[in-house]
Amino acid sequence: MTDSNNLRQTSLYDTHVSLGARIVPFGGWAMPIQYESILQEARAVRTNVGLFDVSHMGRLKIEGSGAAPLLSRVLSVGAISMRPGRARYCLICNEEGGIIDDCIVYRNDEEDFLLIPNAANTPAVSDWLDRWNTNPDTVSITNVTAETAMIAVQGPQSIPVLNRITADDISSVLPFRTIQTKIDGTEAMLAHTGYTGEDGFEAIVPAEAAAQIWTTLVEEGAASCGLGARDVLRLEAGLLLHGNDMSVDTNPYEAGLGRFVRPDRRGYIARDALLHARDNGVERKLVGFFMTGRGIARHGHGIHVNGREIGEVTSGGPSPLLDRNIGLGYVPADYSAVGTSLQIDIRGRLVDAEVTSLPFYIRSDE
Amino acid sequence: MTPEELKYSEEHEWVRVESDGVVVVGITDFAAESLGDVVFVELPEVGAGLTQFEKMGEIESVKAVSDLYSPVSGTITERNDSVIDSPELVNDSPYDSGWMLRVELSDSAELDKLMDHTAYQAMLEAQG
Repeated sequence: MTDSNNLRQTSLYDTHVSLGARIVPFGGWAMPIQYESILQEARAVRTNVGLFDVSHMGRLKIEGSGAAPLLSRVLSVGAISMRPGRARYCLICNEEGGIIDDCIVYRNDEEDFLLIPNAANTPAVSDWLDRWNTNPDTVSITNVTAETAMIAVQGPQSIPVLNRITADDISSVLPFRTIQTKIDGTEAMLAHTGYTGEDGFEAIVPAEAAAQIWTTLVEEGAASCGLGARDVLRLEAGLLLHGNDMSVDTNPYEAGLGRFVRPDRRGYIARDALLHARDNGVERKLVGFFMTGRGIARHGHGIHVNGREIGEVTSGGPSPLLDRNIGLGYVPADYSAVGTSLQIDIRGRLVDAEVTSLPFYIRSDE
Repeated sequence: MTPEELKYSEEHEWVRVESDGVVVVGITDFAAESLGDVVFVELPEVGAGLTQFEKMGEIESVKAVSDLYSPVSGTITERNDSVIDSPELVNDSPYDSGWMLRVELSDSAELDKLMDHTAYQAMLEAQG
């Protein structure tokens, strides 16, 4: 589906509009940025439960006897050893180690994987898989984004709320595990994953059932939340956004994502570049900072030390939870130590900031 | 929703004439609503001069940054530091506790360049 601006609409678009959402373009899609208030929505997720339409993210089914070997060559973690019912966060790097995208990969069965790239990167990831698919007879790659919807249910009350409408008790599903069950009477895959720093699940459901499931979850007390709240929450949790905080011009070690990379695997396409980056260290690093002066750092602002520009802000904004302004940015490794004083060039005004440890926020039961 | 006794600029600031030559300035409910949750307000200090329709400060919501334009020329005699400490006042009470500056006008005739309530409402409706 497209509108006059050539933006795709998720199967929940009409639901968002009827709930009063403000719609903006994002990654080629018309998405809700907020309903009533970004801050209220963020608070709902921290204290209760919120719902996000993440159907714009890609869903690529990778099936066949060659699926696991293909993914192992392309992903930053091995897929062959993954057990069915598991999910993993991983990166897709080019031969130079640059990050094409970050994804979650699910193994549903021996020869059945699902890969979730970012909305704007889905075509590039699909092309990349095709390029490295040397055995097309044994691997089929199908884009199932349009026929499915994906709803993230996040917050301390997410599991009790979901349990009221799922066929199975999901309380025992460990983090990064999945369960095939029914939600509101419809077959769905639920994964114990999220992008908010709170506990929660992400449900992949048939597109035609999404609106009814959303409505039921709202009736059960979940707050409809937009991309604005999602960005506030992921930044507080120190979770990176591809396109802002990492790109093909950064490698996983610079981005602080080394723990999601197993470079020393035979056949892994980024092996040489990433082993080199791992063993020789990196010249610049992604750091978290909070503003000590008055001002809000934003994506693209310069980072200065002693009057010299040394880096750039990649994400920034207010943290309602911490009641201070926070951000992420790349600086030379020499300036990455916690406590380092920085200045952010906020539209020509240099405002003091300080490097802090990441994440900014960890929930208490984690 | 917009108070009838105020004057308005095209940039969605309001002006309340308090006494001869003294006005209070803020932003309208429409502006606050369009911005979303206001999280930062930057305004000049008391004593600073303002020029009509020129930039006087900045206002930021969670996602966006906007300039504030002075609807009048004159000298700032009082600044509402409450909105600097608690920017949410701009959303909660744009015409009352969310006021921004008290200004001594340098030219009262400039008020004629502002819209009355009816004209401002018409502008909002024309913008859909």
